[in-house]
Amino acid sequence: MTHTLKHLSTLLAQGQASSVELCQDYLARIQRLNPTLNAFITVDPARTLAEAAAADARRAAGNAGALTGVPIAHKDIFCAEGWLTTCGSRMLSNFVSPYDAHVIEQFKAAGMPCLGKTNMDEFAMGSSNETSFFGAVKNPWDVARVPGGSSGGSAACVAARLAPAATGTDTGGSIRQPAALCGITGLKPTYGVVSRYGMIAFASSLDQGGPMAQTAEDCALLLNVMAGFDTRDSTSLEREKEEYARALTQPSAQPLAGLRIGLPREFFGAGLSGDTAQAVAAAIAQYRALGATTVEVGLPNSNLSVAAYYVLAPAEASSNLSRFDGVRYGYRTPEYADLTDLYEKTRAEGFGAEVKRRIMIGAYVLSHGYYDAYYLQAQKLRRLIANDFAAAFQQCDVILGPTAPTTAFKLGEKADDPVQMYLSDIYTIAVNLAGLPGMSLPCGFDAGGLPIGMQLIGNYFSEARMLNVAHQYQLATDWHARAPQL
Amino acid sequence: MSLSLDDVNRIAKLARIRVNETEAAGYQTQLNGIFGLIEAMQAVDTAGVQPMAHGQEVFQRLRADVVTEPNRRDAFLAVAPQTEAGLYLVPKVIE
Repeated sequence: MTHTLKHLSTLLAQGQASSVELCQDYLARIQRLNPTLNAFITVDPARTLAEAAAADARRAAGNAGALTGVPIAHKDIFCAEGWLTTCGSRMLSNFVSPYDAHVIEQFKAAGMPCLGKTNMDEFAMGSSNETSFFGAVKNPWDVARVPGGSSGGSAACVAARLAPAATGTDTGGSIRQPAALCGITGLKPTYGVVSRYGMIAFASSLDQGGPMAQTAEDCALLLNVMAGFDTRDSTSLEREKEEYARALTQPSAQPLAGLRIGLPREFFGAGLSGDTAQAVAAAIAQYRALGATTVEVGLPNSNLSVAAYYVLAPAEASSNLSRFDGVRYGYRTPEYADLTDLYEKTRAEGFGAEVKRRIMIGAYVLSHGYYDAYYLQAQKLRRLIANDFAAAFQQCDVILGPTAPTTAFKLGEKADDPVQMYLSDIYTIAVNLAGLPGMSLPCGFDAGGLPIGMQLIGNYFSEARMLNVAHQYQLATDWHARAPQL
Repeated sequence: MSLSLDDVNRIAKLARIRVNETEAAGYQTQLNGIFGLIEAMQAVDTAGVQPMAHGQEVFQRLRADVVTEPNRRDAFLAVAPQTEAGLYLVPKVIE
């Protein structure tokens, strides 16, 4: 069950396994391990196996694509027709989606069966997966620790080999931080590359879907499926379809000769744990051995990214989540006196504490008289942060640093302290604000045996190149191939 | 800046979230903590900086004014808490 997508694709193509057999194996593993890990909210074996049988029939008819029959898990933020789609919330705990997200349509068209819907922080608001109405996900490397968030179920199920790959979404680090904490590879594409249609909205100007898998090569294959222009998302970018695996090269003596890696001094200061700093330093040495050169760069406004983010994201969330009012879908309070009572009680009972906090921050910063001081000021800081990256990319091709300041923390350790929790995304948020692509890949383990992730940040639309930068590291190391004993 | 209990209750009202007295005190502490983090923003001089909403210079697309969606009224009403005669039901608003 340690197979990569690439390997499973070969097994299917050579007739050594059928999609039904693969799905049965994964479903059996989910049945055994999910009660401990809580990585899935919904598993529906009959539906999965029907999709697998259809994929096998398609292959038999000679119409298979590269990934036809390879199963995948989807974050429960993606609407999938006929599947319970909860977004980790009581508010949608009874919502069976009547339609497919664009991303789901793309995976269906590729013939990839869905293994289930993965657990997540409620409405993607959290960095530990503890805000889910369906309970916390456990980190497969140590079940007393968090998997990160908000795509914690997706990260945990790939790390535990309950699925060969999963989808995630990233608003402030929600693909990269859990990928780092669970020891897998995850990519947040350039904003606008993956359609947000049918992806339940949190902060629309920042939300972006992306792949989570064992390797960079697998992420390239998945991004080929996910990316694409979609008229139903007004921020979807109209671009030529790309082949994201095109830049992946074979191993050679100096495969990255000529690559300039920028090291932002702000990402290596106070707050970074010693083990993480050491592992990232070793990765930098590895990159030099592969032929890359390094240059120190500055991102002087990056220290403002958390503040700007906690204005922009809650403001957009308060607007987006106004649609949950107990009228058209989802939860409705059982008893109410009038319409206002219905709204207020439905939202008080349907949302958890973190979601309510963020809606309230958003309602405040958007209220009369405060717009310029908060939302507009945060959008100006966003420009300064993006300008920092633009200046850095004059000196380098890709930026490298830690993904998160520490490895996985204990369940409950930060649950009552929102501000401490927010700081676990300190290195990832600036990337969303600028709209750049970023990825996390495994680069070592701490003294306690917990995985460490490093982050690569690229310029706009440089995913294919970044994926090769990660791929070359993974050809030379085996951190990404390590799996927890379960 | 520091939010009072009255501020918290006003925000909860704006957000259409029922908050009782005990909860309001908790929110006051937590929201003030978060605003403490946000206030770092105010010290930055942003005179002349253009606000940014999107990483790319994009413009709202226009499309022909034609029907593009199929009629799926029954499927969408089926997930609503309460419906009747093809309509959503809510408590009476106008006497």
